[in-house]
Amino acid sequence: MALLEVRDLRTYFHTEGGVAKAVDGVSFHVERGEVLGIVGESGCGKSVTSLSVMGLVSEPGRIEEGSSITYDGRELTTLSEKEMRGIRGNDIAMIFQEPMTSLNPVFPVGDQISEALRLHRGLKKKEARGRAIELLQLVGIPVPERRVDEYPHQLSGGMRQRVMIAMALANEPDVLIADEPTTALDVTIQAQILELLDELRERLGMAIVLITHDLGVVAEVCDRVVVMYAGQVVEEGPVGDIFGRPSHPYTQGLLAAVPRPDRREGTLAVIPGTVPPPTNWPTGCRFHDRCPYAWDLTREKMPPLFDLGGDHRSRCWLVEHPERREEVERTRPVFTGGAAQ
Amino acid sequence: MSELPVADVLAAEPDEETTLPPSKGDSDLGGRTLEEVDPGDALVHVRGLKKHFPLRGGFLSRIQGHVKAVDGVTFWVGKGETLGLVGESGSGKSTTGRAILRLIEPTEGTVVFAGQDVTAMDAEDLQALRRQAQIIFQDPFASLNPRMTVGDAIREVLKVHGLARGEGADARVRELLRLVGLRPEYASRYPHEFSGGQRQRIGIARALSVEPEFIVCDEPVSALDVSVQAQVVNLLEELQQRLGLAFLFIAHDLSVVEHVSDRVAVMYLGRIVETADAEQLTRSPKHPYTRALLSAVPVPEPGRKRERIVLPGDVPSPIDPPSGCPFHPRCPHPLKDQDCARTVPPLAEKAPGQFAACIKEPAYVAPTGS
Repeated sequence: MALLEVRDLRTYFHTEGGVAKAVDGVSFHVERGEVLGIVGESGCGKSVTSLSVMGLVSEPGRIEEGSSITYDGRELTTLSEKEMRGIRGNDIAMIFQEPMTSLNPVFPVGDQISEALRLHRGLKKKEARGRAIELLQLVGIPVPERRVDEYPHQLSGGMRQRVMIAMALANEPDVLIADEPTTALDVTIQAQILELLDELRERLGMAIVLITHDLGVVAEVCDRVVVMYAGQVVEEGPVGDIFGRPSHPYTQGLLAAVPRPDRREGTLAVIPGTVPPPTNWPTGCRFHDRCPYAWDLTREKMPPLFDLGGDHRSRCWLVEHPERREEVERTRPVFTGGAAQ
Repeated sequence: MSELPVADVLAAEPDEETTLPPSKGDSDLGGRTLEEVDPGDALVHVRGLKKHFPLRGGFLSRIQGHVKAVDGVTFWVGKGETLGLVGESGSGKSTTGRAILRLIEPTEGTVVFAGQDVTAMDAEDLQALRRQAQIIFQDPFASLNPRMTVGDAIREVLKVHGLARGEGADARVRELLRLVGLRPEYASRYPHEFSGGQRQRIGIARALSVEPEFIVCDEPVSALDVSVQAQVVNLLEELQQRLGLAFLFIAHDLSVVEHVSDRVAVMYLGRIVETADAEQLTRSPKHPYTRALLSAVPVPEPGRKRERIVLPGDVPSPIDPPSGCPFHPRCPHPLKDQDCARTVPPLAEKAPGQFAACIKEPAYVAPTGS
């Protein structure tokens, strides 16, 4: 049994402008101690997926009937807010892109870490403070005895993200959901945080769900990858397969569109158009209007997630119709010029 | 979990001079410096550019110090060429881009554009300069008036510069929109009706409306999704070829900068620490900061073994930059010693056409008599 299992998750936002199907039938699982990457561009539903797992979706958003999220065999979608509070932060913790919005500016960072410990663990004030210092040290903050009394604004962006991680680790969660944890950071600081997450995973054996748009980050730290597009999983598999033998044209296009410093090339490959709005997903395959291989079938019928073997799956009709791929590639190059392999 | 030690590499905040070994006497100050190079007829030539912002505080808000955002920067951009300016937040790259167009006033230094001294220009000259040199920003939405249609926003520029009016302006707007890959009928729409990538195209169309020779691109694709980023990068390169534009391409993303640039300059704490041909810089970086920066860029190739250099600590504050080489407190160079904290390293030639500000890297001396 997987530690965290999401099955047919649908999170819809019922707005006046229509129903936004931000997450529309997403399934994945996370095993103990592994790093799962969820990758996609803005509007693909990756952040709403993580908020759904945390039970943090608010009106007009709703997790629809038939969706299931289980943690350690326990169904989360039917828990009361009070029960969910016992899980959140304790068993499953989350860190966000911009730590400043999650830290309270008027309290020292130490107090904010202690609060979690006193709430969930019932520690006394002094014990909690001592533990907060240990945690700050664990995440590599220098002179933690001094930093514990500082306010968020006194810390740099990288330090704040470390404090956020320390808070998330306070109760030794089994699962850490990290939503774009390094996106707001400079590349040398990003390297520090990624190194830290990897080290903590190894040392504490927790599972990490890393949500990001950065394929480079995914390649460096993840064991398995879920690629999302338009509220659905379009491809998933072990990291080596996703990067080495991508199957879905969207994954292939994304990989080809990334410029790489180690490979200078001419024009970057381009996926034409933009992500469609969630109130009006295209019919058939949701990628068809941007896909170089699209044909009648893809415009009419939504492809299932085909099994390619070895835990690798792809939501693309080309799996059943490889002749179409050859046909198109004979007439014109597809996703060339980039880093596609 | 409590007894776990902290990894050394993460224990940030290195101690200052106290831990530096004594000088080994192998410092290398020889070789030509960038300032000594004659770039010939460069379109833009920036020399010793500084921008210090006064820091006020206390009673009567007296000036208490200066933020040395840009602290003596020299570079040039040739006609039709792209110079990439890369650096992390606080490195001064955006301030540099704005100061050379006099969108903010430089504190010191000269900027020569097409033979004219920009730093000495009066208001009228500057107006003329803006017809030749333009800027596009990271967030084009912030620079577009939400109550003005896209057509009006472009027409306004044409009017200000007296380039076209009435029917002529309408035709030009349609032409510009087509040039950046947008439909001409979009002219009657408002900024909020467009996606991020489309807005950046509008920003580009507006900059192109005056037919400039030079455009400062300040993080033009940083806010865009990967697939859209590639579209805008390709558009900029295509326009450059068709119109012979020169770009100063400012970005924090080294992958993008390497891709679009002919030459690259790396900034750290208000100074250029290395500059070279883009390919040369990527293949054999000479400055330890460039090496660390390159090694820190995550590459989409799992399982690839490579030495990631994780720098300790944060970028120091430009209010109180470290003495000597501004990079020395974080520097992993094996030869680092007390000299690094004492000597401000010149941007010296380390390989033909490659300049780096590090006294521990051997200088390149051109063979004589050739």
